[in-house]
Amino acid sequence: MIGRWSRPRLAEAAGAVDAATTASLAARLEAASQTRLGRSLAIRHVNTGSCNGCELELRALRSVFYDLEQYGLRFVESPRHADVLLVTGPLTRNLREALEAAWDATPEPKWVVAVGDCAVDGGVFKGSYAVLGGTGASVPVDLTISGCPPSPARLLAGLRALLEANAR
Amino acid sequence: MTAFDIIRAAGAEPCRPWPRHILPLPAWQDMTAALADDTATLLGLWADTIQVHALFRDGSDVLAASVAVEGGSYPALSPARPAAALFERMIRDLWGHAAVGGRDDRSWLDHGRWPLAQPLSPRPGLPGGAVEPPEFVTVDEPGAMQLPLGPIHGAIGEPAHLRLTVRGEQVLRAEARLGYAHKGTLALMRGKSPRTAARFVARLAAEATVAHSLAFARATEAALGAEAPPRAAALRTLMAEQERIAGHLDEIGQMADAAGLAPLHVVAGRERERLLRAAEHAFGHRLMMDVVVPGGVAADIAPEGAAAIGQALDSVAAALPALRRRMDPLLARLDRAGVIRGADAGGIVGRAGGRGFDARSLDPAYGALGLVPPMDHAGDAAARCRLRLAEIAGSLRMLRALLPALPEGPLSVALPAESGEGIGCAESLRGAAWHWLRLDHGQIAAAFPCDPGWALWPLAEAAIAGGPEEDAAMIRLSCGLPVSGLDL
Repeated sequence: MIGRWSRPRLAEAAGAVDAATTASLAARLEAASQTRLGRSLAIRHVNTGSCNGCELELRALRSVFYDLEQYGLRFVESPRHADVLLVTGPLTRNLREALEAAWDATPEPKWVVAVGDCAVDGGVFKGSYAVLGGTGASVPVDLTISGCPPSPARLLAGLRALLEANAR
Repeated sequence: MTAFDIIRAAGAEPCRPWPRHILPLPAWQDMTAALADDTATLLGLWADTIQVHALFRDGSDVLAASVAVEGGSYPALSPARPAAALFERMIRDLWGHAAVGGRDDRSWLDHGRWPLAQPLSPRPGLPGGAVEPPEFVTVDEPGAMQLPLGPIHGAIGEPAHLRLTVRGEQVLRAEARLGYAHKGTLALMRGKSPRTAARFVARLAAEATVAHSLAFARATEAALGAEAPPRAAALRTLMAEQERIAGHLDEIGQMADAAGLAPLHVVAGRERERLLRAAEHAFGHRLMMDVVVPGGVAADIAPEGAAAIGQALDSVAAALPALRRRMDPLLARLDRAGVIRGADAGGIVGRAGGRGFDARSLDPAYGALGLVPPMDHAGDAAARCRLRLAEIAGSLRMLRALLPALPEGPLSVALPAESGEGIGCAESLRGAAWHWLRLDHGQIAAAFPCDPGWALWPLAEAAIAGGPEEDAAMIRLSCGLPVSGLDL
């Protein structure tokens, strides 16, 4: 076995890469990533005390009728992999710390989308001792999608608007 | 004497349809002792400012028992009924009543983040009593380590913390910590009319919004001696069964997704979406929120609604063979995982383990529709999956009989602004939801909505322990564990 690994090296030393080719490829890649790769967003859902209604509709959004991936939208499991935090619920006091930890863990540039009436301003739970009254009470919000809960069609329209803005 | 005999011997308050007996302290202690070797199921335990209330079921017999809180405490039920422990922790967090002799006195809903403590007590305290992060029970074994999961964890779902103590691949202990989604719902309901409070009830747990709204409406109607008109009752049944089918499809889809079974995920998601669209067509809301209200229903079914629902049901029925076929790999994966047998939980978890109670059997309308709650005896996660499909088939059958025979007539009755006390229940896709409320001149003086999740979490903890760590997520999904409904 040892002999096999101690054979003389056959690979030859490579010369320098042509600088002009590299520069032209880099320019083309940059353009392509703006129009194609740039039109893709990784989404992490953060539940801040929702009644589960927004989650039911977010799961419906993943059904074949809406086909999220064709728009370059996908859900990821960690805020560290996310471009977008999609926040539901009236922001209970018990979840504020978790939301802030998720926000801190999300790399820049990042967007926060408040989904559902609760995340917009607390919804029916506004004024309760246990809620802070919406995502904006803790982290900066870029987009709100209202509804109780918002339908998948409405969610998709909101997320596509974010995609368009992001690609610009 | 059985626990029920002891309860019945005490004087009763006029709570309808089941009386609530006020037990003197010694009788409550006798009842607790009798429960140790008794078949009665604890359905719920809650409080108001002066009493602690327990709700029991034995067969189709339901009884409520109360004891006065003296010196800020009452004798615990958890030594006789371990499932009472979560309720006792909740009662202490919300009202400040301590369970003497309880198995667990750690905080549950209160994470030390509220601006006040014991928010439902007449004199709320200052915050700071609760510890966060909480003390989890440790396992003193060489090589054991703790795995913290959540509250933000996994796919699109609800916030809960699961603490697994593992040694290698084996889970030694699983302990859940909830309360993250606590929204102060009980405080918001207090002082409102039932019709206004129904909006909070509809948002306790969206997967069971129809079931919770229905149980609350029935409790209100019982308290006031009213009855929903026949057309409203039939529409309620229609919505409850649609919700059940859509909910089971959602849970099957979630399990398929977690197991990487795209074909099953696609079919379940597709059929569920067709049902939700039909619901929007028929009742103006995809989840049918706020349609079931105390006194009847808020709106009639749309003229073309029955046809739209009929089409969606045909589609689900046509997809059943594909669902069965594509579920095979999931059943193989879940075979003998997370066994729960003979548990008192009701719902899918109870019925998959050979012990069945279905709150629909208390409703004569279901007798006419030929309800036969399907049962299984294996008790594993695979049995729970099979049972979901069987329940879908059963609901389809009943809806086919109901849909062409909707009675004509009014949609609701006016509710008087009177005083009274009532209990109501409805079978959600996860088991029975029980609601109790006391009305004072048309306003809610006290209420408690008991979600089926209270019974499910301790069972899921026990089922996860002893198995491999990689099964934990699937067992959790197979039990269909609610969060918001019991976080209140």
